[in-house]
Amino acid sequence: MKTTLSNPGEDLQAIRDIMERSSRFLSLSGLSGIFAGICALAGAAVAWLLYPDALQLSSIPATPGAHVGLAGNNLFYLALIALLVLIAAALGATWFSFRKARKAGQPFWTLSTRRLLIHLLIPMAVGGIFTIILLYRNHPELAACAMLVFYGLALVNAGKFTFGEIHYLGLTEILLGFLAGIFVQYGFWLWATGFGLMHIIYGAVMYYRHER
Amino acid sequence: MKNPIENILKVFESRIRLGIMSALMVNETLDFNALKELLGLTDGNLASHLKALEQQDIIVVTKQFVGRKPSTTYKATGKGRELFRQHLAALEELIRKQ
Repeated sequence: MKTTLSNPGEDLQAIRDIMERSSRFLSLSGLSGIFAGICALAGAAVAWLLYPDALQLSSIPATPGAHVGLAGNNLFYLALIALLVLIAAALGATWFSFRKARKAGQPFWTLSTRRLLIHLLIPMAVGGIFTIILLYRNHPELAACAMLVFYGLALVNAGKFTFGEIHYLGLTEILLGFLAGIFVQYGFWLWATGFGLMHIIYGAVMYYRHER
Repeated sequence: MKNPIENILKVFESRIRLGIMSALMVNETLDFNALKELLGLTDGNLASHLKALEQQDIIVVTKQFVGRKPSTTYKATGKGRELFRQHLAALEELIRKQ
């Protein structure tokens, strides 16, 4: 393939393509975001229907330092719902991205895939453990704040290795996390906004920008 | 004005070598398998192009053991980066003249 002199434009195109492919995970599908958002909203709806008392605004004291009397049992099931949401969203993200890679004729499991995952998963795992510590120390009112802030940091960290929208989604989640920490009574609603609505909005934007 | 073709380097005339260099411009280091995966080449083909780039001091090779597995990583040299930039500028110049 000695085409440099006859077709410099094609060479430049190939260079750009390889630079992009070797540094960013471009198989991330906007549909993954939409699906994750739907999972989160479904999880939030189930939690709301099963444990309306635990999540009600009035049951969470706004005063900092006041302990919350969420029954251990309720808490366990709420955490279980959150975990199921996470698993479903992760499976969906994998499936839609795998499909996008296959359609484009690109390999799925590449260096950029691994790099994206490692930068995403480390802050997420730290956030997960930190949230468990908060629950263990009887501060469930701060769980939404911790989940949103750490997930936002994970996205900002991973954003360098995929589409730029992920960076801004991360910043949005962090902001919502701060609000959830300040206005703890609205933690549940801010959680649903961050993990549900924002995923759907950013996912749709990414889908329209990059996949149509 | 200088003829841009003077800056088109023989060593980058191969699309594969151009590809290797493109990847090493945006990644600090890459190992053999990552390059192979990225460019979709066979071991022998990739190795011969890497050898050519190494001989011209465009890339440096580091061999080390990660646990028991040998790992070979490649990195663009300062000279290699400079030459690649010149080559890119020359390509752009060529397009403008077309």
